[in-house]
Amino acid sequence: MTGSQKKTLLRILLSLILFFGALAVNAIWNPPFWAGVLTMTIPYLFIGYDVLWSAVSRLFSGQIFDETFLMSVASLGALLLCVVEKDAGEAHEAAAIMIFYKVGELFQSIAVGKSRRSVSSLLNMMPELANLEKNGTTESVSPEEVQVGQTVLVRPGERVPLDGVVIEGTSELNTAALTGESLPREVTEGDEVVSGCVNLSGALRIKVVKPFSQSTVRRIMELVESAGLNKSKSENFITAFSRVYTPLVTGVALLMALIPPLAMGLSGGNWGFAHTWRPFIHAALMFLIVSCPCALVISVPMSFFGCIGGACSKGILMKGSVYVERLSKCKTVFFDKTGTLTKGSFSVKELLPEHCSKEELLCLAAAVEKYSTHPLAKAIREEYGDGPLPEVSEYKELAGRGVAATVQGRKICAGNLRMMKELGIEQSIPESSKGSAVYLARDGEYIGCILASDTLKEDSVQALKELKDLGIRRVMLTGDRAENARETVRFLDLDAYHAQLLPEDKVRLVREPAAQDGQSSGNFTVAFVGDGINDAPVLAGADVGIAMGAFGSDAAVEAADVVLMNDRPSDVPKAIRLCRKTMRLVKENIILALVVKFGVLILLGLAAVLPALSVLEGYAGEFAVFADVGVSVLAILNAMRAMR
Amino acid sequence: MVKVLKMENLECAHCAEKMERKISKIEGVHSVSISFMAQKMILDCEDGDEKGILEKVREAVRSVEKDCVVK
Repeated sequence: MTGSQKKTLLRILLSLILFFGALAVNAIWNPPFWAGVLTMTIPYLFIGYDVLWSAVSRLFSGQIFDETFLMSVASLGALLLCVVEKDAGEAHEAAAIMIFYKVGELFQSIAVGKSRRSVSSLLNMMPELANLEKNGTTESVSPEEVQVGQTVLVRPGERVPLDGVVIEGTSELNTAALTGESLPREVTEGDEVVSGCVNLSGALRIKVVKPFSQSTVRRIMELVESAGLNKSKSENFITAFSRVYTPLVTGVALLMALIPPLAMGLSGGNWGFAHTWRPFIHAALMFLIVSCPCALVISVPMSFFGCIGGACSKGILMKGSVYVERLSKCKTVFFDKTGTLTKGSFSVKELLPEHCSKEELLCLAAAVEKYSTHPLAKAIREEYGDGPLPEVSEYKELAGRGVAATVQGRKICAGNLRMMKELGIEQSIPESSKGSAVYLARDGEYIGCILASDTLKEDSVQALKELKDLGIRRVMLTGDRAENARETVRFLDLDAYHAQLLPEDKVRLVREPAAQDGQSSGNFTVAFVGDGINDAPVLAGADVGIAMGAFGSDAAVEAADVVLMNDRPSDVPKAIRLCRKTMRLVKENIILALVVKFGVLILLGLAAVLPALSVLEGYAGEFAVFADVGVSVLAILNAMRAMR
Repeated sequence: MVKVLKMENLECAHCAEKMERKISKIEGVHSVSISFMAQKMILDCEDGDEKGILEKVREAVRSVEKDCVVK
């Protein structure tokens, strides 16, 4: 609790003592009327003076309608009714209203503070100091002062202050704050490390590659900190709602106090105060308390805030509550193929030699592809491993075809179908071997081919299954060739796929469901998941653009609405579940508040009219305050669940 | 230019909305958004008289919630 919260708590306790003291005095001693009212006015003013004061001061600055106004009018009204009626017995109501209101306020303030703190502790990964190496000694400086190319020392237990490359030392890094991944990552000399990770075991010397202003941790913090500002429709609705709501409620209360007694009087009834006016004025005052919109106004932004904070601790960064809302309504998820569902790196699947052995084919291929940077070449070298390679000379790269070199005195060509055609030997290639393949020829004679495929990520299948369970359509979009797409799809449970797409085709397809729906931001939304390398237009075009493992690509982070820190497609259903849960909490709170408030209002209304329920009227203040404060407390407790 | 400002002692949610409305009426302010939970204000205002605008923003904030400070 903060200082002012403690003070409020103390005031509440003291006013409770005064309140019960006054009740006891009135019950035992049965004092004269004025003394009775006065004993209750003491706790009332003691707890409520600041509420009354703020209502008055706001009245003068032209902002009449807020909760302090509602509470002041209701409690002062209750007190006035006692004075007019010369019945001190009801004076406790005014004090009770103020005490309950203050309890509710205190609780709200504690809950908001707790939620703010727990979210910021989830997000706390800002390094405070860097140990800069200078002339053989280290000096503690702020990370902003470190320049690119300088060396920093990171001791065990410290946070990596800046992005860099390890130049000395081996250790394990805890990346949980960045990625939500609980397994530590091993790093050694030559490895890249990102700022924000915690060094666990050994000291590391790191050469800084980016200034602090562009470091990973700084960019994440900026993204998360401004996340509160893309407000969702529900959030905007609630604040706009509370703006018209309070004046409306005050007007209705006024009508409640005036119309029924007037009607009764005019229709020849009794004009007497106690019988005709008092019950309706009282009911109107209670109506004012019940109608306070606090429960909704606080709990809705709190649910979203908790959701964004909780998601961030799982490595899912959302750029605002509007995306929480949209993602919860997601009906179709489009996936990019390469780098999203697949690893984007190839591995050798099959060796189809002709006129030579498998080992010989692979060895020759590895030798001729020794210097190539093509992903297929990399896959072949990986498959071959660290074995000895024959001598390679006269290496040549033929753009759009492949490579050629002299290996062990014989001319080896490795490349695509086009290269084989140019060598005039495409007829000798067996039909079955078409796809992502490297064909080899020795001295102009076809000797076989190596088939490679892009490997699926471990959790792609599971991610698609989970999305299916959530009732979401799953579509794959890829710029890759149709046969490669078909190859990938064989292992995946998808609703549809489209291949050989240009980026603009992807944008068109992603927008199509919205166009069919008739409205772009209607009841259903679509999400696009990509690795962000060339997907920026699609990420921006979808209702929700999700960039994956993309902290390398600025364009993707800029264009995306949700950034997955991990390379895992299964974070997509996880994010959707979280958003749906948050929206459910928001709806629950709105329904809870409205049902309880209307329920109490109807009860109070009935109590004012029906003699059978008049016993309720004695406790009307308590009921009314519960409908306000109690509901706020429940709604806030419910909203705090969004974080988990 | 766009500024991110920290706020302290922002205690009530619909006060934030009131502040937004008041601030958006200040001359030179293009747009403003206040996050109640994050206690942050993003202010998009004209270049030039930033000090003057910021002073008016502070005044607007104080008039709604007197203990609330904009940093």
